Amino acid sequence: MNMWDSVLIAVNALRVNLLRSVLTTLGIVIGVASVIILVAVGTGASSEVDRQIKALGTNMLVVFPGSSRVLGRSQGAGTDIPLSEGDVTAIRDKVPGVVAVSGQITETAPIVRGNTNWTTTISGVHAEYGFIRDWPVESGRELEANDVRSGAKVAIIGKTVAQEIFAGENPVGAAVRIKNVPFEVVGVLTSKGQSAMGRDQDDIVLIPISTARARISGKSQIQNDRVGQIYVKIDTDSDLAVAQEDIENLLRQRRKTTRGAENTFSVRNLSETMKARTEVLTTMSYLLAATSVISLIVGGIGIMNIMLVSVTERTREIGLRMAVGGRRRDILLQFLVEAVSLCLLGGLIGVAIGVSASTIIAFVADWPVLVSPAVLGGAMAAAAATGICFGLFPARRAAHLNPIDALRSE
Amino acid sequence: MTVIERSPSSVPGREGASSATPLISARDLSKIYRVGEQDLVALDKVSLDIAAGDFVAIMGPSGSGKSTMMNLIGALDVPTSGNLVIDGRDIGSLSADELADLRNRSIGFVFQQFNLLPRTSALKQVMLPLLYAHPRPENMEEMARRRLEQVGLASRMDHTPRQLSGGQQQRVAIARAIVNNPKILLADEPTGALDTKTSEEIMQVFTALNREGITVVLVTHEPEIALWAGRRITFRDGRIIDDVRQTPITAAAPPPAGGQPQ
Repeated sequence: MNMWDSVLIAVNALRVNLLRSVLTTLGIVIGVASVIILVAVGTGASSEVDRQIKALGTNMLVVFPGSSRVLGRSQGAGTDIPLSEGDVTAIRDKVPGVVAVSGQITETAPIVRGNTNWTTTISGVHAEYGFIRDWPVESGRELEANDVRSGAKVAIIGKTVAQEIFAGENPVGAAVRIKNVPFEVVGVLTSKGQSAMGRDQDDIVLIPISTARARISGKSQIQNDRVGQIYVKIDTDSDLAVAQEDIENLLRQRRKTTRGAENTFSVRNLSETMKARTEVLTTMSYLLAATSVISLIVGGIGIMNIMLVSVTERTREIGLRMAVGGRRRDILLQFLVEAVSLCLLGGLIGVAIGVSASTIIAFVADWPVLVSPAVLGGAMAAAAATGICFGLFPARRAAHLNPIDALRSE
Repeated sequence: MTVIERSPSSVPGREGASSATPLISARDLSKIYRVGEQDLVALDKVSLDIAAGDFVAIMGPSGSGKSTMMNLIGALDVPTSGNLVIDGRDIGSLSADELADLRNRSIGFVFQQFNLLPRTSALKQVMLPLLYAHPRPENMEEMARRRLEQVGLASRMDHTPRQLSGGQQQRVAIARAIVNNPKILLADEPTGALDTKTSEEIMQVFTALNREGITVVLVTHEPEIALWAGRRITFRDGRIIDDVRQTPITAAAPPPAGGQPQ
């Protein structure tokens, strides 16, 4: 008796009890479907998180000013000693592994073109900002060091701003006004989409930090070289944590913070924060994984149950097969193949449900559909393994029947 | 009618049967079943030789040991003590797999309830023992067809048991039993579920097969069925109480199996 004969016998036996067979496989169906959904959701979500981390800029640290405390109550970021142009230069020159540094000051203001206007975030930055954020222009040119040095009235606009006030026209070279100051649009940024917090990152206008200080927000400020935040890009070979510590030490030194006192600023690794968010997703994945394992076990027990029934129902057939020369191994194989076929049937149904469900989830959550052939193969292999594990006991019982008793059974 | 091919050493004409080594040889064969605290002696030191080519009827009331004897001769069971040599193999010394192979190669079974597989064509039924053969023959389907023709079912090859009469089902079972050219055909009450006329037809098939040289061992409690055999052995209380040669009632009749009208 070879494998193919066993498969034919098994398929025949399952076809005879088709409804029973399909109902029996329910646990396997759920198990396999949840494995597929689990992987699709897990990889889809983590690729989404990866995309968001990439959108932040990789290997990036952000320095925020600290908050002052009045009677023990925090007054919010930026209320303590502000960061300065000097801090930017110091970090650039003294911290090892630093590739680029850019300050940023932000202001909310309308940008006006002709009779249309759009209130957006005006961000004064250094020329390196685009490089640090991995945020190149789509058309036109980047901000240049010269723009910053000379306080040029040039602006690079985000995709959303371009759509709002240019509506399909080419913004590069066009004149706009921000707080009554004329600017020339020199570039349009590529789209970064939504941030992890749901903010539209493309709703932004970048101008040289010097211009921002002098023309947009500078006059009202106490300190002329004030910087809101500092973006620092670290060499990919350097350790972010080490660079973070170096920056902290440098700034403490510059601020003459006494030993043991708290920092009057904070250095944050935003991609670390993002990664922490993925842990929530990981926990969810574990839950789904547990669901699928439990389903496969419960499904396996269902398979075992029905196989025991099948062995009992077909005791005479087993006796006959033994009488005409079937060895124990032949009988074992026959019932094992039947259990595995049952599980593969459940696996196929599960794959169909799993793929449809992940496609729907991916569509609703706007994630890429990630159902790879390897996952489908793995899920089917898990189903087959369940068949082997839970089919072995009934198959062994069949194989060890006494041929005489089996032939005599009613 | 096809003559079953055999190697020369084991081709006994009916005349030469008695002088050759017996095909089945039992010496002091005992089988004891343990039922609760008690030992039940089903076979009590039975010695028996059956020559190749013989047609033997085993009779006796239920509980006489004839079924136990049948199970042992069929290599379905092993004795508690004593020796049983079937076709040169001492079955007490064989493993489960070796017993399975011996059954496959040397013994064909026919049962009272036919024991056909449900929803399976006659041709597939007859091929079943060939699927378990080592090595497996090349022309399985051809072999099965030939046997079905031999028992007069050439036009019923694709019928499932449900589409066949009792007599036809038993013929399928006989074709299955002989498809692998066994030396022994073991029939356990083969006519028990059939009417008199059909029983007679089935006995004619056995007689024809016996004339080709196959050894037939028939277990029955019906005296008129035992009359078809050339030797009648009677069991009681686990022992042989009678062992006689007789003239089979069909000795003069023409061989019927191949001549069945289709």
